[in-house]
Amino acid sequence: MAEELNLMKGNEAVAHAAIRYGTDGYFGYPITPQSEILETLMAEMPWEKTGMVVLQAESEVAAINMIYGGAASGKRVMTSSSSPGISLKQEGISYLAGADLPCLIVNVMRGGPGLGTIQPSQADYFQTVKGGGHGDYRLITLAPSSVQEMADFVSLGFDLAFTYSNPCMILSDGIIGQMMEKVALPPYRKRKTEAEIREESPWAVQGKPKGRRPNIVTSLELDPAIMEENNNRFQAKYKKIEEAEVRYEEFHCEDAEYLLVAFGSAARICQKTVELARLEGIKLGLLRPITLWPFPKEIIKTYAHKVKGMLSVELNAGQMVEDVRLAVNGKIRVEHFGRLGGIVFTPDEILVALKEKIIQHG
Amino acid sequence: MKQEIIIAGFGGQGVLSMGKILAYSGLMEGKEVSWMPSYGPEQRGGTANVTVILSDGPISSPILNQYDIAIILNQPSLDKFESKVKPDGILIYDGYGIHGEIKRKDIHVYRIDAMDAATEMKNDKVFNMLILGGLLKVAPMVRLENVLLGLKKSLPERHHKLLPMNEAAIKKGMEIIISHK
Repeated sequence: MAEELNLMKGNEAVAHAAIRYGTDGYFGYPITPQSEILETLMAEMPWEKTGMVVLQAESEVAAINMIYGGAASGKRVMTSSSSPGISLKQEGISYLAGADLPCLIVNVMRGGPGLGTIQPSQADYFQTVKGGGHGDYRLITLAPSSVQEMADFVSLGFDLAFTYSNPCMILSDGIIGQMMEKVALPPYRKRKTEAEIREESPWAVQGKPKGRRPNIVTSLELDPAIMEENNNRFQAKYKKIEEAEVRYEEFHCEDAEYLLVAFGSAARICQKTVELARLEGIKLGLLRPITLWPFPKEIIKTYAHKVKGMLSVELNAGQMVEDVRLAVNGKIRVEHFGRLGGIVFTPDEILVALKEKIIQHG
Repeated sequence: MKQEIIIAGFGGQGVLSMGKILAYSGLMEGKEVSWMPSYGPEQRGGTANVTVILSDGPISSPILNQYDIAIILNQPSLDKFESKVKPDGILIYDGYGIHGEIKRKDIHVYRIDAMDAATEMKNDKVFNMLILGGLLKVAPMVRLENVLLGLKKSLPERHHKLLPMNEAAIKKGMEIIISHK
């Protein structure tokens, strides 16, 4: 057996993948259901193996500002939290976006609003893809639906963040964070040297050599004309990301008459719904957005011409369904089905909802 | 071949760790596996359950509405999961934990007096391994050698001295499980 077999939780996979990717620093504050990320990092003691810093900050706000500092110096830095803690980080995320800084943020969502529950939820979709913090910014958002993807999206997330100089979020939830599955971890990579960082990120603040103008990393600009230029630059970057980085997965879509649209853990549960529906002779498919921003609107638009109706299945009160409806633009019936506050739907419940909300209407 | 299993009981009965050992055993057997706990306040003494899936092919949903096998270790779990066993499926219960009638006639029901056996062995910590042995007897989904490998992999090394005791409990469990009439 060449490949080592690992069985671990999604949260543990994130921690191991971060060490192996060559992450320079993790800054976080514990909260259920993602505490295993920090716990695993502390247990692995990567500072002795790769030199990676792992620090439990005094608060979520402190952690995200440590990310700002680390990112400004060109380092690969990441933080993680769960819904209420991610709310606390929003100001920092807006500042990171406003300063063109790359970093990785993991949100293992739980039921809200407020302190809510510690059970799984997907109710932070709006917060993640529609803003969250203030200003016209976008957060590259990856939604893993397996423990393997929790590991894989660490490197993908960092790569996208550094390609576009933009924060990237892994939007997961208590199911994917807490469940154990087989996972193949990526090989170890060396952390970037200071010279490599200077070469790759010439904007980084690393101490000014003689003869070079100072690098300034800031989101502040008092001249609105320059601030508009900055915003235009952000928008041009977002347009590029929308053109190049849309990712999705199709499951039994070829001959589908009806389509479920679901991300993350909900998409895993929907796979079973597709199996159950096909046993009954219902031609059901599943489209799983992997990037929530940029949203896979073109493929959804294409399916609006092929299927009779779509059901957006989410562990929330109806958030992504708005983006599905925008893409479908009134062409066919689009409804939402969800459970709230930490309750998780079962595969058969989704099938009942599909029949009631979509199939019965033709 | 796919086995969809729910293990349900009180927190502290070793429900989650039994599921973990079963999942590791499946891993050693070369199967796809998933282990999905219901977590939260139940970890502090209420009801706890875990869904374990062992499969030769990819696993879709880690959360299910019907199970091939239900392992029921207390009355609230029987109330909740008896109706969710697939027709012709298996229900295993511990005689000590259940006081109500089992109503289903279309499933295979087995009783294992693991609490009594653990008391006899003077070690209530092997309770869940007795149950695991019983499960493997009536539904041999993984070879014993792979269960022992899985047990070893799921236990931290400092606990490896407990391996022989756990192995003995698994074998004992295989002996004491009986068909419920």
